[in-house]
Amino acid sequence: MADVNRGDRPLSPHLTIYRPQLTSITSIFTRITGNAMLLAALLIVWWFFAAATGPAYFAVANAVMTSWFVQLILILSLWAMWYHFCAGLRHLYWDSGRGLELDEAYRLGYAVIVGSFVLTILSLFLI
Amino acid sequence: MAFLTDRKRASGMGSAKSGTEHHWMMTVSSWALIILIPLFILNFGPMVGAPYEEVTAHFARPYPAVLAILTITVSFLHFKGGVQILIEDYVHGPMRTVLIITMICLSYAAIATGIFAIAKIAL
Repeated sequence: MADVNRGDRPLSPHLTIYRPQLTSITSIFTRITGNAMLLAALLIVWWFFAAATGPAYFAVANAVMTSWFVQLILILSLWAMWYHFCAGLRHLYWDSGRGLELDEAYRLGYAVIVGSFVLTILSLFLI
Repeated sequence: MAFLTDRKRASGMGSAKSGTEHHWMMTVSSWALIILIPLFILNFGPMVGAPYEEVTAHFARPYPAVLAILTITVSFLHFKGGVQILIEDYVHGPMRTVLIITMICLSYAAIATGIFAIAKIAL
């Protein structure tokens, strides 16, 4: 009885045949942004280490941090930070058992996207 | 094996051992980061590109130093939990264990380096 039809059951839809939706795209971007920030986080720790080592090493780290490529990484990471921040707030709200109805989940998805760009621009003006 | 029921086969294999602890750790660290991250962005942001003397003088003060140490520590502890789930979802076999251990060690190394650096600037 226990082994009837084992391994021969219908599977739930996989990513390859799943139509992208706002809810699924905003979900995977939470994971992508969260993990991609590792690069900026390690750069920042290295910059602190260089500042602790001395002026000569700091000059190297400062040149790297102010280069256009790393500046691009830092600005993209700033957006990733705010996106992950908003999506994290959404997760904490979901954890309370609220906001899981489809219409509200969509509103929250739009709020996360808009919020991430607004906060990025706002913080770029403040720093 | 055929005589085992599904209930018996699943017994002891579930996520009910430490899954809730992981979720709780992520919840606590995310609440802490809601406070820390905006403060750190405002405090650290203007220091990018600033001269050496200004940077070391800034992070020698108590508030910027403690804020930076807390943000680096809690961020990497939060990352350690998040990247573990990422690896568990997409990587299988021995490589899964290798990657999880590597990322946990990298997180601890980053925390230690950050605390050492800021303490050396501040003290």
